[in-house]
Amino acid sequence: MSAVDVMGAVFNLNHPAHTVDWEFIHLSVANVVVIGLMLIVFVLALVLPFPGASKRRGGAS
Amino acid sequence: MSTVAPQPPNAEPPPAASSKSWTIKVREAGVEALPPEKLLPDGQPTYVASWIYIFGVASIAALIVIITSGSILALKGPAWWHYTSIGHFFNSIHMWSVELFFFVMVVHLWGKYWMAAWRGGRGRVWVTGAITFLVAVPAALTGYVSQQNFDAQWISTQAKDGLNAVGVGAFFNVTNFGQMYSWHILLLPIAVVVLVGAHVLLVRRNGVVPPFDFEERAAALRGAAPAAGRSSASTTGGQS
Repeated sequence: MSAVDVMGAVFNLNHPAHTVDWEFIHLSVANVVVIGLMLIVFVLALVLPFPGASKRRGGAS
Repeated sequence: MSTVAPQPPNAEPPPAASSKSWTIKVREAGVEALPPEKLLPDGQPTYVASWIYIFGVASIAALIVIITSGSILALKGPAWWHYTSIGHFFNSIHMWSVELFFFVMVVHLWGKYWMAAWRGGRGRVWVTGAITFLVAVPAALTGYVSQQNFDAQWISTQAKDGLNAVGVGAFFNVTNFGQMYSWHILLLPIAVVVLVGAHVLLVRRNGVVPPFDFEERAAALRGAAPAAGRSSASTTGGQS
């Protein structure tokens, strides 16, 4: 069984795309997932400490 | 270009070349705008030590992978990327690096928007970044219609109606593979790379935008000790 067959067994793509519909907003679920991931990464980038940041700030200022 | 006769070791240096020379003018303007320590700095301000500042360089890293994988695809051709395993691999590398490029570029855009990155005379930095995003979108979409498969045919026949409706279909014909392929592998990538280059040089010239509270603290320090010379903020900011 090829890798494509394995992936096809996990993700059944033989159907119309699932969508999220809200008023005029019409998004595929795949795009909603990507937007959600971008929001999560954005928030994590703001709150997670950067390695060595406190040491740099203490030494430079 | 004029030739210079060889001089003995202890001779006086030749007189300065005429300032009318365009090469001198360009060189002096370039060095004035971007002195070497600004063009290739060996340090960054302390506030850059944050994850939110990595998404610009992450976008450039993804762009390098896009250009490299796209160059290999262009060299090998459609039969290779459709019918060989290694061709499928590079096709996937190209597609997923584009996904990553837009992912990190959007997070970069959000970060810079919420820190108002156009502050401090950085308007051109913001504008070149915004135009890069707008040019990158058709650069990616022309790739979808350049695949040489039924997917490309479906997308192009869906897109043509929209483009005809806005009146550009006559000279931007998405069902014309040759035209779309030229836009995708030559014209739009050149525009994106030139814009990214200008964007990075402007960042080098103006420095990385500081966070809001950093500016407020620096202003407070300047107000508290006006005779103390340069504040810590201006010192660290000067490294960029």
